[in-house]
Amino acid sequence: MKFLLNLYRRAVALPGERLDHEEFLATAGQAGELVSAHVFADPSISAVVWARDGVVTVTEGPYSQTPDHVAGQYVVDCESRERAVELAALIAGGQVGGVEVRPLMDSAGMEM
Amino acid sequence: MKFMLIMHNNPQIWDALTEEERNEVMSGHGPFMETVKKSGEMISTTALADPSQSAVVRVRGGVPAVTDGPYLEAKEYLGGYYMVECDSRERALELAALIPDAGVEGLGIEVRPVLFAGTADG
Amino acid sequence: MSTTERLGDLLRELAPQVLGLLLRRHGGFEECEDAVQEALLVAATRWPAGDIPENPRSWLVTVASRRLVDQIRSEQARRRREVTAAVREAPDAAVAPAPGEEGPGARDDTLALLFLCCHPGLTPASQVALTLRAVGGLTTVEVARAFLVPEATMAPRISRAKQRIRTAGASFEMPPPQERAIRLDAVLHVLYLIFNEGYTASSGPDLHRGDLTGEAIRLTRMVHRSLPDDGEVAALLALMLLTDARRTARTGPDGGLMPLAEQDRKRWDAAMIEEGAALVTDAMSVSPLGPYQLQAAIAALHVQAPRAEDTDWEQIRVLYGILARIAPNPMVTLNHAVAVAMTRGPQAGLELLESLDCDPRIARHHRLYAVRAHLQELVGEYAAARENYLLAARCATSLPEQRYLRDRAGKLER
Repeated sequence: MKFLLNLYRRAVALPGERLDHEEFLATAGQAGELVSAHVFADPSISAVVWARDGVVTVTEGPYSQTPDHVAGQYVVDCESRERAVELAALIAGGQVGGVEVRPLMDSAGMEM
Repeated sequence: MKFMLIMHNNPQIWDALTEEERNEVMSGHGPFMETVKKSGEMISTTALADPSQSAVVRVRGGVPAVTDGPYLEAKEYLGGYYMVECDSRERALELAALIPDAGVEGLGIEVRPVLFAGTADG
Repeated sequence: MSTTERLGDLLRELAPQVLGLLLRRHGGFEECEDAVQEALLVAATRWPAGDIPENPRSWLVTVASRRLVDQIRSEQARRRREVTAAVREAPDAAVAPAPGEEGPGARDDTLALLFLCCHPGLTPASQVALTLRAVGGLTTVEVARAFLVPEATMAPRISRAKQRIRTAGASFEMPPPQERAIRLDAVLHVLYLIFNEGYTASSGPDLHRGDLTGEAIRLTRMVHRSLPDDGEVAALLALMLLTDARRTARTGPDGGLMPLAEQDRKRWDAAMIEEGAALVTDAMSVSPLGPYQLQAAIAALHVQAPRAEDTDWEQIRVLYGILARIAPNPMVTLNHAVAVAMTRGPQAGLELLESLDCDPRIARHHRLYAVRAHLQELVGEYAAARENYLLAARCATSLPEQRYLRDRAGKLER
C-alpha cells in the first residue's frame, strides 16, 4: 500500500531550517519502502490558477492561509497503515508540527 | 524547474456536481496526462484517498501520539497532484489551467515550486 | 506468440532449474541468485530470433557458474579455490537432459526454492518480490514495474530479503516433514497474493500488473506438478483459473467495474472454467477439505450458473458456513452474509453483518459498508443504503471501486 507522508511545519519555523531525517531515510530506504521525496519552496511564492469557461485567472500566494503548512512530502510503499505510522513517527519530532499519513488511491480494483 | 500542481478538493462542491459532470472531470485527466507525457514534462501523479482515512503522527519528548483523521479540519483538502518539470513558472501556470478540476466553479489549482525532488532512484 | 515472448517463457521456465543446480553445487543463495539473473540477462540479449543454443539450460548453468566465480573472486578471495574447483569439476555433467526435458530433481528444486523465498522470516511483500525474481525469473525492473514503484525501491527490498534468509540460516533444502504443511501454506499464500495483485489491475497504466496473474498461474502449475496429490495446491490453481476466466467481462465498455451478477457470461473463458472445475472436483473427492478447496468450489458454483439467477446460493451458503468455521476471517463473514441474504432474506444477512461492527480488522473497511448498503437496498431502505454506499466510497482506496460505489449511491438519489 502506498502512503503520502505530509510534513506539516509550524508557521513560526524559519525557512530553510534543516530537518534530520537520517534514521527515516535509512530505515525506509534499506527496507525498500521509500518511493519518492520532495521539499517545497515557501508557500508565499505559490500561485493559484482558476479556469472558468476558457478564461484563466491567476492569484498569487497559497491556496489557503493556514497556521501550519506542508513543507515536504514522502511517498512510501509499505505493508500496512500501522507500518506507515511507524515510519512517520521517525520524522514527526523537532520543528515538525506533525506528520499526516494519507493513503494513496490505487488505479486498480476488484469487482464489488 | 519542478512544480507541483496541487488539486484541492471540496466535497460540497464536488457532491453538488451531476454524475455526468463528475465523470467528465475524472475522464479529463486522461488527455491531460497524454499532453504532459508527450511534452516530457510529467514526473509523477498521485490521487489521495479521502481525508477521513488519514492519521496524524506527532512525536513529543520521544513519544509518538497518533490521531485518526486529517491534520487540518477544512472545507477543502488535498485531493491529488501532478509533479511536472517545465521551463518556467508561466508554463506551469499554463499546464495548471489545462487540468479539468481548474474548470470547476469554486476549485482552483495551486502551483507550488519544488526545491528538491527525488525518487528512490536518486 | 512472438519469438521474444517464446524466449522469455523459456528463460523463465529455466530460471529456477538453473538456480537450483547452482545452489546444490555452491550454496550461497544471494550470490547464486545474482549470478543466475546475470546469465538470464546475457541470454536475453544474445539469443536473438531462432538462435537459441541446443541445450539452453547447460548454457545458462555454465554462464551463471562463471559469473558466480567472478563474483566470488572479487568479493571473497578465500573461497575462490573450492568454488572454482567445483565449477571446473563438471559444468555440464549433471545438466545433460535433452532440450525442453526436465532433469531429475528439477521439480523438487523449484519447490525447495519456493520454500526458501517464502521463508517465514520475511514480510509478505519481500516474499512476493523474491519469489518473482528467483523463481519467476523476472528482473528487478520488471518486478518494480509490476508493483508501480521505482527500481531503486524494489532493489533494496529484494537484497534485504536475501540477507534475511542468510541471517535466518535458511538453506536450500526441503523443510522437515513436520514443518512442511505450514511452509506450504506460506508458499500458497504468496502465489495467491501475486495473483490478486495482477487480477485487480485490468487496464491502462496497470497492464504490467495484469501479467502477474499469468505468472501466478504458471508458478502454481509448477507446484501442482511437483505435488499432484495435494488438494489445496490443486484448488488454488483451480481458484485462479475460475477467477481469471472472468477477467475480460469484469469491466464495462466505459472501463467501470462490472459486478459478477451483471457480467456478460458469454465473455467468460469456457476452457479455463472447465479446467478449474475439474481440478477442484478431483481435489475435493480425494483430499481433506481445506480453505482453497472451499473457495474454489464457491467460485465454480458462481461461474457454472448459466444465468446469475440460476446461482446455487444455498450450496454457496453452506460452503461459506464451513469456511467460516475452519478458516474464520471477517472477509469470509462478509461473503457468508451475502449468501445468507440470498437464501434466507436480506434481513438475516444484515443481522450477520452486525457481528463485524466491533471487529477492528474490518469495522471501517469499505467492503463492510458496501455489503450493508447492498443488503439495505434489497430490503428497500434506500436512504440508509445510499448513505452507506457514500460512506463506502469515502473509505475506498481504489479509484474504480470508489467510482462504482458512488454510481450505486447515485442511482438511489431519485
